[in-house]
Amino acid sequence: MFTTILGLGATALELGLISSLTVLALFLSYSMLNVCDLSTDGCFTLGAAVGAVVAISGHPYLSIVVALGVGMVSGCITALLQTKMGIDSLLSGIIVNTGLYSVNIAIMGGASLLNMNKTETVFTKAKTLLSGTFMSSQYRLVVVILFVVLALVLLTWFLKTRLGLAIRATGNNPDMVRSSSINPAFTTIVGLCVANAFTGLSGCLLAQAQKSVNIDIGTGMVTIALASLLIGNTFAGKGRNVPLRLAGAVLGAVIFRLVYMVALRFHMPAFMLKLVSSVIVIIAIAGPYLKSQFPVLRRRLVHRGGKEAR
Amino acid sequence: MLSIRHISKTFYPGTANAKTALDDLSLEVARGDFISIIGANGAGKSTLFNAICGTFLTDSGAILLDGQDITLLPEHKRAFHIGRLFQDPLRGTAPGMTIEENLALAAGHGGWISTVSKADKKLFREKLSLLGMDLENRMRQPVGLLSGGQRQALTLMMATIDPPKLLLLDEHTAALDPSAAEKVLELTKRIVAQQHLTCLMITHNMASALALGNRTVMMDRGRILFDVSGQERRDLTVPDLLERFRASSGRALDNDRMLLGTDE
Repeated sequence: MFTTILGLGATALELGLISSLTVLALFLSYSMLNVCDLSTDGCFTLGAAVGAVVAISGHPYLSIVVALGVGMVSGCITALLQTKMGIDSLLSGIIVNTGLYSVNIAIMGGASLLNMNKTETVFTKAKTLLSGTFMSSQYRLVVVILFVVLALVLLTWFLKTRLGLAIRATGNNPDMVRSSSINPAFTTIVGLCVANAFTGLSGCLLAQAQKSVNIDIGTGMVTIALASLLIGNTFAGKGRNVPLRLAGAVLGAVIFRLVYMVALRFHMPAFMLKLVSSVIVIIAIAGPYLKSQFPVLRRRLVHRGGKEAR
Repeated sequence: MLSIRHISKTFYPGTANAKTALDDLSLEVARGDFISIIGANGAGKSTLFNAICGTFLTDSGAILLDGQDITLLPEHKRAFHIGRLFQDPLRGTAPGMTIEENLALAAGHGGWISTVSKADKKLFREKLSLLGMDLENRMRQPVGLLSGGQRQALTLMMATIDPPKLLLLDEHTAALDPSAAEKVLELTKRIVAQQHLTCLMITHNMASALALGNRTVMMDRGRILFDVSGQERRDLTVPDLLERFRASSGRALDNDRMLLGTDE
């Protein structure tokens, strides 16, 4: 019994950490740039599909690099649509997302499912590498932790550079960015490229960890990641401490998966995942708004009852 | 220094709402000029600033800054040489970022992937201490916590940390309470004098328009009504200004805010 729980915990941790890379991507686009990037679902699948195809062709390490690269290209297209072609930011995400569906199937050779049971991936490489050491049973977790730590270090540093500061200011006050002689279109493009590189990586790792890609692997990812991000916000706050907020985003992703795993143990059907993530996002965003509206609402109700004290 | 040659701008051309905001306007600004600009609401004062900054492109005419034709340059590229403050103290700073981060962006030192250096931090501290608002000890606090006056003073510091060729002040003290407005105006005078900046300032206060700077320009309906400097300006009083407006435009000045500002 105890080992089952421990095993489930490890799986939840692993899945949480893999999706935390997407959460970090949304942290960059949603929290920093103030752009809701709806191409996330398609980009996640793109990373997974490309990563799988490259790994199947015998290049497990290259698959990571290529997944990062295609994510970046996808982000760049989304950003160009909204900064240079006058397409609304939400719409450009949706358009890219839709287009990516065909692209992804084409990459997977017309199939909607690829199997990697006998494929060498970064995880099987790690398994061979770690065999005999005390970490051998948790080789997948080791790989994922490595990637997440690298991503955290990189992002913490990046957001402190001049470029990173400019990206943060773009979501905060684009007028001020312009008056600092920086083109906000440029910072939006760079920000979305970096963010989507992380999304692509996240998809690639999930595909390789579960040894298969399905065309639906990324469906709902943007909501799940947003839910994780908002859960993370309740821990780390929305303050100016960027490293803390980044860590909060990762923590949020892990907590989301843990809670989901517990709910599964209590016989919640697996297909409920997406509804749960939707509800979390609704509560997290609508909650503070409704709370601020409550005093007015209460006065109205009292007024309608004709009992308002004068 | 700044040469504005026959610029025009019509908003919503060809519609019933067509409005000519700038009408064949020309203005020569010499290096070191400090010009106060006055005029009724809708005279085109802010539109003139927008044209200089590149918020929009003018329909015709040319704008030259220090010999360089900037007529078609995008806004962020002009910002290398032009600093601007708005009436709204919230417009010039990023509230979610710290004072230090705001200054680092404004200073723009180093390459894209460089972080704030120790030398920069020292420079920021020194510059902030000149404001006399104790901001040098609050460098790691978000700008959103500052008062309007403090934010406007910080914006002024950010706009002038690398001395711009041209400083545009668009009623930058109008939204502040009287004591903060006085303080920011005092800082403005000091910084402009120290860095020998060329400066255009829109104001609704006619008395301070005459007291500050070396030239006063009155605008009306997208044109320059009159432009005074030297001895002629020194002899001018606020009632004279009103009289000259009536004489030039053929109607009385009906801007309450400006009239109320006369007895300050």
